[in-house]
Amino acid sequence: MICQECGQEQANVFITKIINGKKIELHLCERCAREKEELEFSFQPQFTLHNLFGGLLHENIRGSRDQIRIAKTQCPSCALTFAQFSQIGRLGCSDCFAAFGDKLQPLLRRIHGSARHTGKVPRRGQGAVLAKRELERLKEELHRAVQKEEFEEAARLRDQIRAMEKDLEQGGNEA
Amino acid sequence: MKQDAFVLSRWMEGTGPEADTVISSRVRIARNIEGIPFPYLASDEQTAAVLAQVSQTAAAQKEAFDDFVYHRMADLSHQAKQVLVEKHLISPFLAKESHNGGVLLRRDEAVSILINEEDHLRIQAILPGLQLEEAWQEANRYDDLLETGINYAFDERYGYLTACPTNVGTGLRASVMLHLPALIMTKQVNRLLGALSQVGLAVRGLYGEGTEIIGNLVQVSNQITLGLTEEEILRNLYGVTRQIIEQEQQARQALLNDSRQRITDRSWRALGLLHYARIMSSQEAMQLLSDVRLGYDLGLIDNIDRKLLNELLVIIRPATLQLLAGKELGAEDRDLERPLQIKKRLNRYVDKTES
Repeated sequence: MICQECGQEQANVFITKIINGKKIELHLCERCAREKEELEFSFQPQFTLHNLFGGLLHENIRGSRDQIRIAKTQCPSCALTFAQFSQIGRLGCSDCFAAFGDKLQPLLRRIHGSARHTGKVPRRGQGAVLAKRELERLKEELHRAVQKEEFEEAARLRDQIRAMEKDLEQGGNEA
Repeated sequence: MKQDAFVLSRWMEGTGPEADTVISSRVRIARNIEGIPFPYLASDEQTAAVLAQVSQTAAAQKEAFDDFVYHRMADLSHQAKQVLVEKHLISPFLAKESHNGGVLLRRDEAVSILINEEDHLRIQAILPGLQLEEAWQEANRYDDLLETGINYAFDERYGYLTACPTNVGTGLRASVMLHLPALIMTKQVNRLLGALSQVGLAVRGLYGEGTEIIGNLVQVSNQITLGLTEEEILRNLYGVTRQIIEQEQQARQALLNDSRQRITDRSWRALGLLHYARIMSSQEAMQLLSDVRLGYDLGLIDNIDRKLLNELLVIIRPATLQLLAGKELGAEDRDLERPLQIKKRLNRYVDKTES
C-alpha cells in the first residue's frame, strides 16, 4: 500500500481514529506520519502544542509571503500575534478567537475533531444560541429531505425554517 | 488562615461505587471573564479585578458559599500550597506560577474553585469512587452560581473560551484515578492504555501531565472538549472506565486462581515492610501501598481500610510529610520520617491482626 500523504513511499503506519463516532483510517509512510504528528498522537498523549502548531503552519500555508502575513495577524484587544500564539500555545484573550478565526479552525479540528460547540450555554443569551442550533438542525434535515425527494416534508421544514429565521431576526433587533 | 493540621479530603474516604478500582473521580471546568485578558497576559489590576468579581459573586450567594474558605496563594507558605497540590485540590501551576492566584475551597474539600490559574476560573469537584456524573453536578452547580455575577467569555461557535485551545468548548476535563495492579503485573496495561488515545482519552500518572505511573495508579481523562456535549464526554469516559474495571477484575481473578499464595504473601510482606521498615522512599511506599491495597480488595488482608490507604497515599508525599513532622526535612530525613508516620497510623491495624 502506498502512503496517502506523499503518494510515493510504502505505507507502513496504519492509524484508526474514532472521533465523534466517525472512523478515520490513515495509511502513511513513516516520514509523513512523523510530519503529521500522528505518531505522537498515538503513542505519546503528551504531545506538545509546539509541534502541532508548527505542523499546522507548514501544512496549510504555501509560500513564505502568506506565512509572514498570517504570522503578523494581531489581536486588536490584547495585541498577541498569531506567531506569538504559535510559540506560546496560549491565546491572549477572548477576542483572539475572532481575530485568528479561520486560522484557528483547522487547529481546533485537529485537536478535537470538531470546531463547533454543542455543550452547555451560559444562561445569558441562551435562547438565541439554542434557537440557532435548532435552526441548523432543521436545515440539515431539509437538505436530507430534498436529497431523498421527500418534497412535502421539505416544504414543511422550509416553512418552519423561515418562521424561525424571522423570529430570530426580530429578536436580534430587539436586543 | 493557617493550614497546620492535616484533614482528610472527601475523595480519601474510600467510599463510592467501584471503590476497589476507582480511587477518585474528578471534573474541572475552565471559565474566563469577558473583557479581561487571560491571566498570563493580564496586568496586576486585571487579575485583581478577577478576584474581586469572584468574591463579590460569592458574597452575593452567601448561602451557597457559606461552607467555603478562601486562600490567597500569596498568603500561604510554600509547604501549605504543596499540601493542597498533593491532595489534588489545586494545580502545581496555581501554587507556583499564578499572579493574584487563589482558591475557594469547600470545607469537605470536594469542591475547589481556582482563581487566576491558566484560566480566570477553574471549578473542580473531586469525589471518591466512580462518581463522574455526581462530580459534574457539583461543579456545574457552582458554575451556575458564579454565572449570576460573572459575564463568561463565550462564543456561539467555540463555546467557553479558554487560554489553551485544548480546553475550549465545554472547558470540561473529567478524569478517573484508577488502581490497576493486576493489569500492570500481567503486562496487559500497555495494550489497553494504548487503545485509549485512539478514543480521545489521555493516560497520565498520579500527579497529572508528564508524571510517570507509580504505585499502579493511572489517571484517565478526556482529551476532546469541543464538539461533544458535557454528557457525551462524561458518558464516553464512564463507558471506557467500566471496561477497564472489568478487565482489571478479570486479571485479578486470574491472578488469584493461578497464584493465590504468592499474592497473599506479597500483600502481607508489603504490610510488614510498611510497618517495620526504618528508611523508605515515597516510590517504595507507593508500591507497597498498592500491594496492600490489592490484598485488601481481594479479601486476603482484613483489619485495614481504604480510607487509611488513601490517607497514606497523601501523607507520604514531601510537603504533607513535613507538615506532619512539624519541621522542614531534606530528602534523606524525609525517608526516615516517612516510615514513622506510616507506622503510627498502621499500629492499631497491625496489632489487631496479630492478636
